[in-house]
Amino acid sequence: MTQRKRLSTARQQGTLGTQEEDDDPTFTQPSTSQVQKGLEKLTPAQVDQKTAEVVQYFLVKDQKKLPIRRADIVKHVVKEYRNIYPEIMKRVTRTFDQVFGLKLVEIDTKNHVYILINKLETVEGPSSITPTNPKMGLLFVILSVIFMKGGVVRETLIWNTLKKLRVDPGEKHEDFGDVKKLVTDEFVRQRYLEFVRIPHTEPVEHEFHWGQRADVEVSKAKILEFMGQLHEQDPQSWSQQYREAHSTTDSSQASTSSQR
Amino acid sequence: MAQQMGDGHRRFLQTMMANGVVDEQGARSLHQHCCETHNTQYARDKLDDFIAAINSKLQPMFMQIRRGMSEDNGQQYYALVNMAETDVTRMSSDYADNELELFRKTMDLIVGSESGKASSTDILNSADTLTTKKLKKSETEHLLNRLVHGQWLSEKRGEYTLSTRCIIEMEPYIRTMYQDQVKVCQICHNIAFQCQICENPVCGIKIHNPCVARYFKGRSEPRCPACDDFWPHEIPEIRRPKSQSRK
Repeated sequence: MTQRKRLSTARQQGTLGTQEEDDDPTFTQPSTSQVQKGLEKLTPAQVDQKTAEVVQYFLVKDQKKLPIRRADIVKHVVKEYRNIYPEIMKRVTRTFDQVFGLKLVEIDTKNHVYILINKLETVEGPSSITPTNPKMGLLFVILSVIFMKGGVVRETLIWNTLKKLRVDPGEKHEDFGDVKKLVTDEFVRQRYLEFVRIPHTEPVEHEFHWGQRADVEVSKAKILEFMGQLHEQDPQSWSQQYREAHSTTDSSQASTSSQR
Repeated sequence: MAQQMGDGHRRFLQTMMANGVVDEQGARSLHQHCCETHNTQYARDKLDDFIAAINSKLQPMFMQIRRGMSEDNGQQYYALVNMAETDVTRMSSDYADNELELFRKTMDLIVGSESGKASSTDILNSADTLTTKKLKKSETEHLLNRLVHGQWLSEKRGEYTLSTRCIIEMEPYIRTMYQDQVKVCQICHNIAFQCQICENPVCGIKIHNPCVARYFKGRSEPRCPACDDFWPHEIPEIRRPKSQSRK
């Protein structure tokens, strides 16, 4: 198998940020029979070892909640075991599910990008061990606004809402630092939010949507509950939002009493 | 009597991963919290079994939740450890190559010292000898702060020691890297940095400060457990957990 190292700069993923390597053009998903043949040549211990390494790699990369690219996994970890890549990923997915309570999701099937999503609901624990993260509080507020407004809001609404809460995107905040960067860059990279340019706007304006991670990790029902408390109203009084929050089998929260 | 892995175990594991290191009291309350959140049967004295269930599933991943003692207060701490690691690669996602090199040099200083500490002056001097990109004084100071904040080092009065989390996580690495050079406690047989040493030149055994406190408690005339010479050092008091205020 000849290695054709095409440095195709045309593959630059602008939206994914800086310094990302090109998707490896030489890696094509091996067929089932190729995987079978590959497995026959390896000992179970070797496959286990490689699976463990991929799990480790994911955990380290996921500390920052940033997406992980298949190209990087193959290049840095799987390497010469690439012919059994699908089998390794199958085991890795199962491990995350059964051992860690995490769901491995391919959020970009074209460029093969993964994130790890928490299947367990965020519950406040003993405060010394599970300190509340102020960034999540801020995120929750933003997600709430977007949800209550039907799923899309212009950026100005978000900035005004935050200003009312004394979180000024123009100023450096004590807990959040550069608020604008946190909201439009960090939360977006982590796939909690989407920050999309509105065409034909001058000066350029953007709108916010929920990101894929938020879709799975954040409970709309909880947001509605919170809104209800805030406004001293019954959550059901927002009929449209209520329907949306309770319609889908929210793949988000695994029920707290689920047993495997 | 291995417990089955349930969401309670998974939540415990996730929290361990997020915290780096957890003290014994924290582990106990976390155990309770996890069992109650997921309606799992809870018994206060079953923490070890609970962790064993998680560890049996972590084993194929070459990971374990391990327990270690703080050299400072003698209490038990829990940390999630990568057993397969032979280098400081766990830190590699947060620190640049030259920063890791400085961390290794700091570790060299600590291992080589009698007190188990490295002064900031010595660390700053090593910053000049880096083979990867050099670090300026201000950068080194900033890095040391990050290392303390990241729970890899502890600092007191300008001297740096390896944090409890670091010792638990890197024990296999340290043993491999330093072999005979690293001190081992005569009482608990774990690696030791801040310890007392028998002054008998033929003996020279080492004992952790908290291990000294426990071993010699109540003895009117402390004697070395190996060579029976008089133990000349001050016997510290055993530190009780209740009054401990967490940083």
